[in-house]
Amino acid sequence: MEIILFYLVAGVAITSAFFVVKCRNPINSALNLVTTFICLAVFYIMLESPFMAAIQIIVYAGAIMVLIIFVIMLLNFGQTVRGRYTHGLAGGGLLAVLLLLVTSQFVRFGDAPGTGGEITSALLTEVGHTELIGRALFLDFVLPFEIAGVLLLIAILGALIIAKQKV
Amino acid sequence: MITVNHYLLLSAILFAIGTLGVLTRKNAIVVFMCIEVMLNAVNLTFVALSRHVGNMDGQIFVFFVMTVAAAEAAVGLALIIAFYRNRESIDVDDFNMLKW
Amino acid sequence: MYSNLWLIPFFPLLGAIVNGLFGKKIKNEAVIGGIATLLMFLSFLVAVQNFFRLLGDTEKVHEIVLASWMTVGNLQVNWELLLDPLSAVMILVVTGVGTLIHLYSIGYMHGETGYYRFFSYLNLFAFSMLMLVLGGNALVMFIGWEGVGLCSYLLIGYYYEKKSASDAAKKAFVVNRIGDFGFLCGLFILFWALAGKGVWTINFVEIANNAHLLETGGALITVITLAFFLGATGKSAQIPLFTWLPDAMEGPTPVSALIHAATMVTAGIYMIGRMNILFAMAPSTMMTIAIIGAATAFLAATIGLAQNDIKRVLAYSTVSQLGYMFLAMGVGAFSAGIFHLMTHAFFKACLFLGSGSVIHAMHHAYHHAHLHDDPQDMRNMGGLRSKMPITFWTFLLSTIAIAGVPFFSGFFSKDEILWWSFGSTAGHPIFWVVAVCVAGMTAFYMFRLVFMTFFGAQRTDARAKDHIPESPWTITVPLIILAFLAVVGGYVGVPEVLGGSNNFGNFLAPVFGHAQELHHLSAHGSHAVEYTLIALSVSIALIGIYLAWLMYLKNPELPARFTAKFASAYRFVFNKWYIDELYDFMFVNPCKKLGTFLWRAFDVKVVDGLVNGCAWVCKGLGAGLRYTQTGYMYNYAMAMVVGVVVIVGFYVFS
Repeated sequence: MEIILFYLVAGVAITSAFFVVKCRNPINSALNLVTTFICLAVFYIMLESPFMAAIQIIVYAGAIMVLIIFVIMLLNFGQTVRGRYTHGLAGGGLLAVLLLLVTSQFVRFGDAPGTGGEITSALLTEVGHTELIGRALFLDFVLPFEIAGVLLLIAILGALIIAKQKV
Repeated sequence: MITVNHYLLLSAILFAIGTLGVLTRKNAIVVFMCIEVMLNAVNLTFVALSRHVGNMDGQIFVFFVMTVAAAEAAVGLALIIAFYRNRESIDVDDFNMLKW
Repeated sequence: MYSNLWLIPFFPLLGAIVNGLFGKKIKNEAVIGGIATLLMFLSFLVAVQNFFRLLGDTEKVHEIVLASWMTVGNLQVNWELLLDPLSAVMILVVTGVGTLIHLYSIGYMHGETGYYRFFSYLNLFAFSMLMLVLGGNALVMFIGWEGVGLCSYLLIGYYYEKKSASDAAKKAFVVNRIGDFGFLCGLFILFWALAGKGVWTINFVEIANNAHLLETGGALITVITLAFFLGATGKSAQIPLFTWLPDAMEGPTPVSALIHAATMVTAGIYMIGRMNILFAMAPSTMMTIAIIGAATAFLAATIGLAQNDIKRVLAYSTVSQLGYMFLAMGVGAFSAGIFHLMTHAFFKACLFLGSGSVIHAMHHAYHHAHLHDDPQDMRNMGGLRSKMPITFWTFLLSTIAIAGVPFFSGFFSKDEILWWSFGSTAGHPIFWVVAVCVAGMTAFYMFRLVFMTFFGAQRTDARAKDHIPESPWTITVPLIILAFLAVVGGYVGVPEVLGGSNNFGNFLAPVFGHAQELHHLSAHGSHAVEYTLIALSVSIALIGIYLAWLMYLKNPELPARFTAKFASAYRFVFNKWYIDELYDFMFVNPCKKLGTFLWRAFDVKVVDGLVNGCAWVCKGLGAGLRYTQTGYMYNYAMAMVVGVVVIVGFYVFS
């Protein structure tokens, strides 16, 4: 059951990622990207990380994609771009294939032993994923957490300044 | 049985597709979207491995990747808007001032 | 005792430096010329003093070491001067005749731009020549040898703006250089040969003392002496390296007188005299020298018969007389050769200076009449006897001397050579025959010159005829002195057969006697034979004079008929036996072709190609590297991905 679901969702994810790359119209690419994000959220759920899935939908599919679609519509080049919309297809294709070959070498089929960490499946169902993340985030990684907050603030300021109209 | 290897291979494929898009497309926003695809592929790797190893660190990393991706989206799109104002085009072939 | 010997070359050197550095500022011609002449005269006085000291001395060979030059292994080379009878004679000739010519030049070069340059070079020449004759070892002599060649180039090319003059200067220098190469080869082989026997030296006295270590008549000594002789042919204008001397007449007349009559061209003879021990040991070389001397004398005399330029006739006459001197050296008559060198210096210098006086006057006349005729062409002269009496009488006396008329200096020296060429152990009657023919031709063409220039009707253009002046005292006084010497100069060497005591020969005996004794070089024959030979040569000279009188004074139309009858022979002789053309064909043009080929094929293609190729490579590299910085994000992204693939792939597959 799980296997069928996995392969199905994997197929959808790959197809929509491919269409992100292929579509001429950026709105089409954006919509395909949303599909990819949702597929990934399903994967996170299958990996017993529901919190991650929720964050994925909220942040990526909700916030970032909306922002992108707003910008596409703001800049108003919705009509299809005339002429070529790709360049260097051969080189890019070759490199992508090479990259795939190289990274896939890390995959060793067969029995891959886990390293026996303490977060087991049992613990996840018992305590709850959210609580575990919360614990890790606020106890072990509180400093990066705060810095991330500052980073977001700066990003907002930066975006404001860059996109400001010169009056 | 779905092992961690399946997830790794899947994310490798997604990463490669994202790279193809970055290298190929001329529209700046589409390039940005392909970068997001790459980032998500990496996120998937992290979560899968964290689940396999039994550690929370991978998922915390994903958390921060998402944070940074959001910030990057804001700033990047602001830049694209500024470019569009300047040049009336967001073809990456027109952004050729990064040179001597 | 002879410690002031170094002053002899030093004075002219000082003159050269002073005139060279400050001459441009000293505008006064008299001062410049005066400095130069005075210093030469001082040099002459020191030379006279040393000569008399040497006369009274029992020991005749003196070496004066000035400083050490270099010590290399076993070889010790010093700055040293050698005074012996031979060099004493030479320094007297050089400084004496040199002083007179300097005095002459003050008047002759009046008004020339670069006046100071002339005197500077002339003094420099005197310095070099004196180093040559006073040199105690072969290297000091070689410095002088090269120096006279250089000064000859500088002085022949004095009118450097004239192309023919600069060409002549180059020709002289290049031909000389070929000879110098021979000299150096000879020196190197000699040094190496002696060093092989354990004697490390290039000092003349030591070479003479150790020459017996080398095999007499062997291949080694023959090669050495032939190489030295090649140097002598270059410097003294013999076959095959004589072509430069007639062209050298482009220089001013005092230069021709000093360098090409009295001093530089005698350097070859002097060198053979200095190394007579070596030459006496190589009979084949002596034979070669005699043959070449005789052949050159003959060839030059035939060419001189047909020339119309007064200086050219004298130039070929010089080559011919030098041939005589070489003939003398070749048959073992070393002192006779030096004797003839001395008398030749007197009368030839007088002849050249006299011709200079004539040319100067003709030039003045043409300038006055605004004509552009050649002042050196004898066909424009004639009847100058009444216009320029002093010049005429001195010229006539010197001509009689060169023709070998008895009681004049040329007679004694020439007859000594003729006698030796007939009767010497290294001689042969055929040499005598050739030499006598040359004597006849010499008398003929010299008197032809005199008759055409000073006698007969005046052929000068009517407008210029009456403006030919006698020359000023600075010109005529040297003429008078030299003519006087040409007349009486022979009396120091009157041979026994004619009642004299051959003082000259005896004086030089310490230098040559040893070699002549060792190799049995002497002239043998009875006095009767000697008298007959003298009579024959005198009569042939008189026949030559008579023929000249006949053809140029009595029946002036005879020459034209003669040349019309023997037209091709005349053309052959007039065009210098086409030897210059032959050399052009054999040597000059192939050299030029080689040079042009190397220029086109090698210099332009290879060298320039290499240099341009470097630039091209740099440009190509730059063009290639430019693609790393296009500014296109797509290129940068591609580069990044390539980097990732490479690094990860390396990690994965290693």
